Amino acid sequence: MTGFSRQSRIRSQVPVPRKNGYKLTSMSMLFRDIQYDSHTWSVSELTSYIRELFDIDFRLQDVIVSGEISNFTRARSGHFYFTLKDERAQLKCVMWQSSAKRLGFDPGDGDAVIAQGHVSVYEAGGVYQLYAESLEPAGRGDLAMAFEELKETLASEGLFDESHKKLIPEIPRKIGLVTSADAAALRDILNVLSRRWPLVSVLIAPALVQGREAPPQIIRSLQWLDGRNDIDTIIITRGGGSLEDLWAFNDPSLARAIFAAQHPIIVGVGHQTDFTIADFVADLRAPTPSSAAELAVPEQAEYKAAITAFEAAMNSSMVNFLREKRSLLNGLTRNLKLLSPRAALDNNRQQVDWLISRMDKAMRSILDGRQSQLSVVSATLETMNPVATLARGYAILRKVDGHIIHSINDVVKGDLFSVQVLDGRFGAKVIEEEQWTKDKLRK
Amino acid sequence: MDERQAPEVASLSFEDAFQELDATVLRLEAGDLTIEGALALFERGQQLAAHCSAILETAGLKVEQLTSEGEIVEVNLD
Repeated sequence: MTGFSRQSRIRSQVPVPRKNGYKLTSMSMLFRDIQYDSHTWSVSELTSYIRELFDIDFRLQDVIVSGEISNFTRARSGHFYFTLKDERAQLKCVMWQSSAKRLGFDPGDGDAVIAQGHVSVYEAGGVYQLYAESLEPAGRGDLAMAFEELKETLASEGLFDESHKKLIPEIPRKIGLVTSADAAALRDILNVLSRRWPLVSVLIAPALVQGREAPPQIIRSLQWLDGRNDIDTIIITRGGGSLEDLWAFNDPSLARAIFAAQHPIIVGVGHQTDFTIADFVADLRAPTPSSAAELAVPEQAEYKAAITAFEAAMNSSMVNFLREKRSLLNGLTRNLKLLSPRAALDNNRQQVDWLISRMDKAMRSILDGRQSQLSVVSATLETMNPVATLARGYAILRKVDGHIIHSINDVVKGDLFSVQVLDGRFGAKVIEEEQWTKDKLRK
Repeated sequence: MDERQAPEVASLSFEDAFQELDATVLRLEAGDLTIEGALALFERGQQLAAHCSAILETAGLKVEQLTSEGEIVEVNLD
């Protein structure tokens, strides 16, 4: 590149190289040397001259060229070096890292591509080359048409309907992963999962992800995972690549297998700008493999923050709760004092005392009454004491069996009986009996 | 109060512990508890939070892979 900007050069320079009369200020010195000194060119001078010739040709400043990639090299710096060729010619190409990183696919040998850029000379290598700024797979038109056609067919069958989309679990315990076992995409995914949600476990069912064998392998791995009952979410993924590379994910059988699966499926294929049929039929489409991983699991930092917030909420709830109970308790204590039964109790106690004294009095008077009654009764009893009667000269007659003789009918002539007097007893015998009439009794 | 026998906190999965923690906070915030009930909830809530944090702290991604022989082998992540 020359020291001035490409745009100003294109706009301001007359791109007609003539032997005499170059008006380019930057070249005037050179021309003077060439024209007027019989100068032997150094390699640098000649090469520089040739580069200037390329650089003033505005048609070479922006070209679009189609060809097939060969000798593709990705330098450690990120720059791409390759050759574009067709049946009769070759064109050396370079693509700087700044442009290469924006590519929507991974170019490789044999890819038919369309490149856009400018042509100039690399003086140190003595070569002219295309400085490619963008690159895209050739034949995109044909594939794109086939893609649209298939997409329409499957859409009309309802494979993309939102109503069929399954929810992706918030916290999966096990994720099934269908991808190429050694791809960088796999490492990206595992890194993301490990960083975001290391609680999850991953079961990888490897599959080829490009080429003719890819669709049946992806389907087989998908169905194997889908048949397990320890899987929560399935991710089908592949890193970036050309439209042809990603074509496996446009396979109609794969689309139907994804549609038929029991488990929720996330598809993350290629780059953000790549859309495949698998993306449309997936329960969730992720723009890239690593974002598929991001969509599959929660972020542990969010949960850590939630746990901290829960702890704070519990603490403040508890403090509030205890404060409330305490003030409730204080209020109750105050009310309790106001409504204290002690006063009533004191009242009652007095009443009880009064009642007790009344009861004492009543009891005493009752007892006193009973006492005097008792004296009368005992006096009466005294008069009825048979001992006193005996003292007055009466006797008690008992039959031998101890029964007291009340009536003439109690005895017959000849019966033995006992006679008790005041100070002793003696035996006797009935020698005669006479029953008295009532008249005689009165007398 | 929930009178069902609550499982040991240490035996709970992260999801279950987190869910119960969420519910515990809600119940504590709602109040309407006896002091014993609130203290028991608070204590269990703290255990749940510690359990959840410990699970997150100690977790490591477990990766297995299906081999071409149809076996499942653990993949060592370096």
